[in-house]
Amino acid sequence: MPSPTSNESIIRFDRVDKSFGDLKVLDGLSFDVDPGERVTLIGPSGSGKTTILRLLMTLEHVTPPKDPAADGGVIWVEGKPLSHMEKGGKLVVANERHLRQARKKIGMVFQSFNLFPNMRVLRNVTEAQVHTLGRSKDEAEAKARDLLELVGLSSKVDNYPSQLSGGQQQRVAIARALAMDPDILLLDEVTSALDPELVADVLGVLRDVADTTSITMLIVTHEMGFARDVSNRVMMFDRGQIVEEGAPDEIFSDPREARTQDFLRAVLAE
Amino acid sequence: MDFQEVVDSLPRYAEPLLVTVQVTLASAALALVVAFALGLMTSSKRLAVRTPARAFVEFFRGSSVVVQLFWFAFAMPVVLGIQFDYAIIAGIIALGLNYGAYCSEVVRGAIAAVPPGQLEASLAVNFTPFQRLRLVVLPQAWPEMIPSLCAFAIMLLKASALVSLISVTDLTAMAGLIGGQNGGQNLLAHYGLILVIYFVLAWLIWTGMRALERRAKRGIGIDAKPVKGRLTPAVAEKGLA
Repeated sequence: MPSPTSNESIIRFDRVDKSFGDLKVLDGLSFDVDPGERVTLIGPSGSGKTTILRLLMTLEHVTPPKDPAADGGVIWVEGKPLSHMEKGGKLVVANERHLRQARKKIGMVFQSFNLFPNMRVLRNVTEAQVHTLGRSKDEAEAKARDLLELVGLSSKVDNYPSQLSGGQQQRVAIARALAMDPDILLLDEVTSALDPELVADVLGVLRDVADTTSITMLIVTHEMGFARDVSNRVMMFDRGQIVEEGAPDEIFSDPREARTQDFLRAVLAE
Repeated sequence: MDFQEVVDSLPRYAEPLLVTVQVTLASAALALVVAFALGLMTSSKRLAVRTPARAFVEFFRGSSVVVQLFWFAFAMPVVLGIQFDYAIIAGIIALGLNYGAYCSEVVRGAIAAVPPGQLEASLAVNFTPFQRLRLVVLPQAWPEMIPSLCAFAIMLLKASALVSLISVTDLTAMAGLIGGQNGGQNLLAHYGLILVIYFVLAWLIWTGMRALERRAKRGIGIDAKPVKGRLTPAVAEKGLA
């Protein structure tokens, strides 16, 4: 039975391939994330950052390796295979049932919020707790109200998403993800679709979450100040490869690679 | 023309009116069930589910509703040995299946129009495929379907007149029957009368569906109440027809 060499990693990419048709987005990508670590993924668009988050959320699936035991190509979460499942001592491509179990501990916040427009704010946060975690309605509602207070939207519980600003919708989406008690939170360019004046509120909420919880976070963002404050590690991607990684201060103040320097110059010039 | 004769004959239209309403409501109910079943099946990722549904839809859309009506009423008893006790049931089945096939495209289209981000979000909170459909996809697709379903409901009302061809006495059959008396001198008046009755029935459907649409849209946070004295944008754009 193949298993990750380090049992301490909460996320392990082991030589993962991902292609969309002929386009190879990830080519044998390996990295580890420790529990509680906050990792920011930076890099030009098309470099595979968002694909990594989508693979973890099981919105996309890895390009299956021929022999997972020898060639890798498997994503591991909390020491268990995510993209694959064990069957007869071998790793085979995961089915929907395995994925449903495996993605339980993972939450995601999307660039375009994706709140359910047919549910009021409170129900957006309670519905999945009731239906997928089996919590009672009261329990789910108490949790939702706490979280909505955390994100500063206690007064909006009875509104529909269409009645909220983008920043408010995104804060509800954060509450919705946190309500599921995830061990891993994936943040996919969560401020890119917001008007500039609304960005600060959302980032403020995420700073609070980072300060007060030990949730592991993978962050794709162009907000370099936020990345610097919140993350323990920054990984610079280009064409599906890690070009450079290190502590935020190292990467942002003193990048070694020319591609990182070019990228940061371009982003900071915006 | 003898208008007194037309007025005097009004009570005789009560039962045929009921027949027309019955045929319309019953076949609309059947059509709705068929539309959702086929619409969901044709939306499926699985070829084995999609193909039979697709074949059914194309067959019923591609052949004449009048022939289908005759087939259910007259051919089926002979070919399959299935005898419907009342011609009216054959009429309801034929119209229900035919309009169900058409409306399944409305259902499929509305489901396909739900943004992919909604599916991704419902997967991220770990809903089962059935929960995704019940809690997210259908509640959002439903208000989008109503205007088209309303148009089909009105077409179905008008198509219900076809059951007069399989010897069911509905409004159309009755108008021909009464109007044909005395050498057909009042035929025009009687057909004029049912023209108005059909229009009133269509207007009732239209009004009911508008109320339903407003309610459904409020359910997804859109206030669809039209401003008094002004046309709604959709009507202003496309005209009242």
